[in-house]
Amino acid sequence: MDYLRLASIVCAAFAVAFGALGPALAEGRAVAAAMDAIARQPDAANTISRTLFVGLAMIETTAIYCLVIALLLLFANPLLA
Amino acid sequence: MNSPLSSTVLFQLGPVPVTQAIVTTWAIMAILVIGALALTRRLDLRPTRRQATLEWMVSVLDTQIVETTGAAPGPYRGFIGTLFLFILAANWSSLVPGVEPPTAQLETDAALAVLVFLSVIWFGIRAGGVGGWLKSFAAPNPVMIPLNMLESVTRVFSMFVRLFGNVMSGVFVIGIVASLAGLLVPIPLMALDLLTGLVQAYIFAVLAMVFITAAVEEGAPKTADANPAPTPKDT
Repeated sequence: MDYLRLASIVCAAFAVAFGALGPALAEGRAVAAAMDAIARQPDAANTISRTLFVGLAMIETTAIYCLVIALLLLFANPLLA
Repeated sequence: MNSPLSSTVLFQLGPVPVTQAIVTTWAIMAILVIGALALTRRLDLRPTRRQATLEWMVSVLDTQIVETTGAAPGPYRGFIGTLFLFILAANWSSLVPGVEPPTAQLETDAALAVLVFLSVIWFGIRAGGVGGWLKSFAAPNPVMIPLNMLESVTRVFSMFVRLFGNVMSGVFVIGIVASLAGLLVPIPLMALDLLTGLVQAYIFAVLAMVFITAAVEEGAPKTADANPAPTPKDT
């Protein structure tokens, strides 16, 4: 097991772990804010939840980017080719 | 374990390798086109149950377009609706045993994103002419021109990585879990995948719609602002 391979695996795990951290906190805040807004104004629940879904997908994208980077490191690593 | 970034080549068509994703895409296209033709063959003023369902689908689509952007849905209904239905069918095609959704491959998502990129240009030029479309890059002020040009590429890129990442990660996780415990355990994850597939199809369509209307509104001549509310006749 050479160095480069080991480093790739460790970095892939780190990328997913820390990449999931930020979006998880952000999504929690977004959902909490949306809950608050729906509790204050139940009439606007449709609009709020639609915007929430789109916003959550946007936030989630950062975690997905980290996942894609991790998969690149594991399966399509240009340094190991 | 197979790499999620590579694709399986089923057979060669002359010099062109035909992958599994392409065959699935063709099958979905055939089902959607033939289904649409067969279902709309005999339309009547007094709707049958089948026609009422179709009309309900179209009206839901129209309501979503109007509510997200405020634009008259007429010109966009075809493109956005097809985009949504195709991605939904592609995401849910994983329900058929042995079929991997084509949206879990980079190429399909890239093609869809390029389609959105071109349609933004097409609708932008159709609304405000080439001059109006070019002017939309200098939207708040001319300082933003390089940023706006960069954004028009990066947002398409982020769209396709988002769709690819979500669908592919679902397939990947199910593959891992199925290799650990094959029977019944992956089923809750598959159910979660159905929800993800629906939400991603919806988000892809909504984002495409938002990008198109942004290009249309910024490029359109100022007189169009006089009547912002869409009249029902325009639909």
